[in-house]
Amino acid sequence: MTSSNGEPLVRLSGVNKWFGELHVLQDIDLQIARGEVVVVIGPSGSGKSTLCRTINRLESIEKGEIAIDGVKLPDEGKQLARLRSDVGMVFQSFNLFAHKTILQNVTLGPIKVRGTSKADAEKRARELLERVGVSAQADKYPAQLSGGQQQRVAIARALAMDPKVMLFDEPTSALDPEMINEVLEVMIGLARDGMTMVVVTHEMGFARRAANRVVFMDGGRIVESADPETFFTNPTSDRAKDFLSKILNH
Amino acid sequence: MSFLADNFPLLRDAFLTTLSLAVVSGICALVIGTLLTAMRVSPVAPLRGAATFYVEIFRNTPLTVVFFFLAFGIVEIDLQFPTRFITAVAALALYTAAFVSEALRSGINSVPPGQAEAARALGLDFRQTLGTIVLPQAFRTVVPPLGNVWIALAKNTSIAAGFAVTELTAALQRLTNENANQLLLVFLAIVVAYLVITLPSAWLIGVIERRTAILR
Repeated sequence: MTSSNGEPLVRLSGVNKWFGELHVLQDIDLQIARGEVVVVIGPSGSGKSTLCRTINRLESIEKGEIAIDGVKLPDEGKQLARLRSDVGMVFQSFNLFAHKTILQNVTLGPIKVRGTSKADAEKRARELLERVGVSAQADKYPAQLSGGQQQRVAIARALAMDPKVMLFDEPTSALDPEMINEVLEVMIGLARDGMTMVVVTHEMGFARRAANRVVFMDGGRIVESADPETFFTNPTSDRAKDFLSKILNH
Repeated sequence: MSFLADNFPLLRDAFLTTLSLAVVSGICALVIGTLLTAMRVSPVAPLRGAATFYVEIFRNTPLTVVFFFLAFGIVEIDLQFPTRFITAVAALALYTAAFVSEALRSGINSVPPGQAEAARALGLDFRQTLGTIVLPQAFRTVVPPLGNVWIALAKNTSIAAGFAVTELTAALQRLTNENANQLLLVFLAIVVAYLVITLPSAWLIGVIERRTAILR
């Protein structure tokens, strides 16, 4: 309940993480304001997914501090679970609960974590499924849906918790090309509605259309951070220039 | 045939004893085995260690030795189970729990890690993640191996014969001692009695397996 005014919603300061010998995150400082949409891009192995996953502590960090809405991430246990419930997460591989129907996937969090009544949770879930365009599939199981539909359900599942911030970890990387847009449209809608978002993606079109800021990572460091227009037309670092020349010129 | 009819009460009681040994210790083993598995996947290292120690001890000790220990060994430390039946249930349940735990653990390992991650990301705690997301999916993939454990348990109840519980194998010993000329008939009756327990189990396991087959 510390919704202070000037305080950033997400604050990473001096974050370091190692996978064994590999220094995957090096002195990361990043602040994300309320309502801001930050797109994180970079080559494979640059640490961008790991960065995304540290924000709700699916990955622990060795050094530094992460705070959400002014509250430092606790180590484990109930408090961490409570904090995670305020941070929505959408995974590359959807991770819908395979043994639950679409509707149950969306109501599970509110019922189990927030203690919402089943009726209220279902009403809200149907609204959200309507919003992401899969309301007709409510009683099916995840395996019966296309990848694009599953990912939109995953977004609805995260939204059902009324999160303060949404994390997207390469949400379209596992999708067939023709299904990418239906997911991106939902995400652009969310951005328009003022959701605070951290999006790890290779979709430069999304970055241009929806991002307030692009963060470019390489070798576990944030190399560059700028608004999309500046970043795409006039990147300052050689590494970013090189990266953009490879992905934009074909 | 009149021989079997004459001894029907003994055979019936022995059959019911075998069945209740298997069912009661099966349920206990399922409960203990599930707890052990929860400990083995918990984030708390001492719990993991204790559960692994338990499983390795009981999985690698002959069942007869477990029976011996619970029937006679614990008397040394002034403990004793109230009845021989309960001693047998304890031995069978403690022993079988180790195998249940191994089966469940392999089931948990078969659930993609993304399922638990998604649950944690929603704000479910360890217990909720395990109970609502991981175990229900693990149970489905462990139906066949748990079925094997159950059938092995049903047959392992015969060890209780050596510890003065009059179940089927004890009845076999008694009847063959008293009626050497009816040996084959007695054998046949006892084998059929075991099959009455295990064959429907195998069939039921097949049904459950098909019913719970998970969509991926």
